[in-house]
Amino acid sequence: MASTRRDWMVRTLTAGAVPLLGALGRHALAQAPAPQVVKLVAQRFHYTPSEFRVKPGEVILEITSLDFVHGFNIPDLKLRSDLPPGRVTQLRFTVDKPGEYDFLCDNFCGDQHEEMAGRMIVSAT
Amino acid sequence: MKRYQRRDLLKLAAIGGGAAYFAALGGCAAPSSPMGMQARAGAAKDYDDFYFVQLSDSHWGFSGPPNPDAANTLRKAVATVNALEHPPEFIVFTGDLTHTTDDPGERRKRMAGFRDIVSALKVKQVRFMPGEHDAALDRGAAFKEFFGETFYSFDHKGVHFIALDNVSDPGAKIGDEQLAWMKADLAKRPKDSPIVVLTHRPLFDLVPKWDWATRDGAQAIDILMQYPKVTVFYGHIHQEHHHMTGHIAHHSAKSLIFPLPAPGSQPARTPLPWDPAQPNRGLGFREIEAEPDVANYKIQELGVTRA
Repeated sequence: MASTRRDWMVRTLTAGAVPLLGALGRHALAQAPAPQVVKLVAQRFHYTPSEFRVKPGEVILEITSLDFVHGFNIPDLKLRSDLPPGRVTQLRFTVDKPGEYDFLCDNFCGDQHEEMAGRMIVSAT
Repeated sequence: MKRYQRRDLLKLAAIGGGAAYFAALGGCAAPSSPMGMQARAGAAKDYDDFYFVQLSDSHWGFSGPPNPDAANTLRKAVATVNALEHPPEFIVFTGDLTHTTDDPGERRKRMAGFRDIVSALKVKQVRFMPGEHDAALDRGAAFKEFFGETFYSFDHKGVHFIALDNVSDPGAKIGDEQLAWMKADLAKRPKDSPIVVLTHRPLFDLVPKWDWATRDGAQAIDILMQYPKVTVFYGHIHQEHHHMTGHIAHHSAKSLIFPLPAPGSQPARTPLPWDPAQPNRGLGFREIEAEPDVANYKIQELGVTRA
């Protein structure tokens, strides 16, 4: 009898838990913030925009170079990529710590290459 | 006997505060004390020492407010070097001989102009290296036409010199091929050979957000770390700077066009403002007194003084 009663309890709990967990999972998915998408254009000798803000979390940068294989480098995140012109280069990363993150073109692109830089500001507000 | 006289003169100058004295021996690379230099002077023997001059970052062709006298600065530097009491055994230019231009014809015109001016140097041997302003937009094609290979090695009185090219690739990479060449070149030497590496950009991450780095510089340093007597002289940052990676000392040189701010000291690496009262402020070159037997390199910074 004990075994039967235990089986009944397990079946009952399982039957109740599955939909409950499913609901929680759907709720959790519904609450997960979508990645923040920022579009940038790279062109001798600047990025547009040269400064942008994001909240802590997942970020997707979509960068289009118009005229050169510029580079995009955020040294403090050890994140970099070449930016071949004619297509969108996507950089996906997570940044949790608020602060200012400088970025620069690290492929020498001409006379004012040294000025091709910008800043990403990560702020919870 | 002449070289002893010069060494003694430099020791005296160093004691007076005019020079820094660096060693590449087993991690001991701090400037030595005047007492130490006096001790060495007393123990002088027949060292086959010599001295050479490093010039860097002349950016011939540049014009703009950071140096309204840009058309004359290089000529003044040449005149200053020619006025040295003892001529160096050779001179090395560590890159950015010319200021960049998109126009291949203008690039060659600037290189020809630079070459004409420095041809007045009264020194037997002048060696050239590219900076990114010379070489990054055409992967060194114009530079090679005027000055030869962008990387090479040579020996001088017991010191093995390696000129590394970290600029012809616009991404500031030395590249696997050149790293393999350097590794093979070094493998031919005894491990304890005095080695001097000449390059344009810092091999280490000085200020990556200012592009003061070499993308694969860590790989070069890993190779060099296997040799106990290595010293690096470079340019790019337009100022004197000294840094250690392990036992390897890295010394950057002043420019001959305009000074840049101290590493990471402000948001952007904008040139320091030109001072009409001191038009050559922050510009200069250096003498390097090499003592191969002990892998010591005494650096004396000199300003551009001649008209």
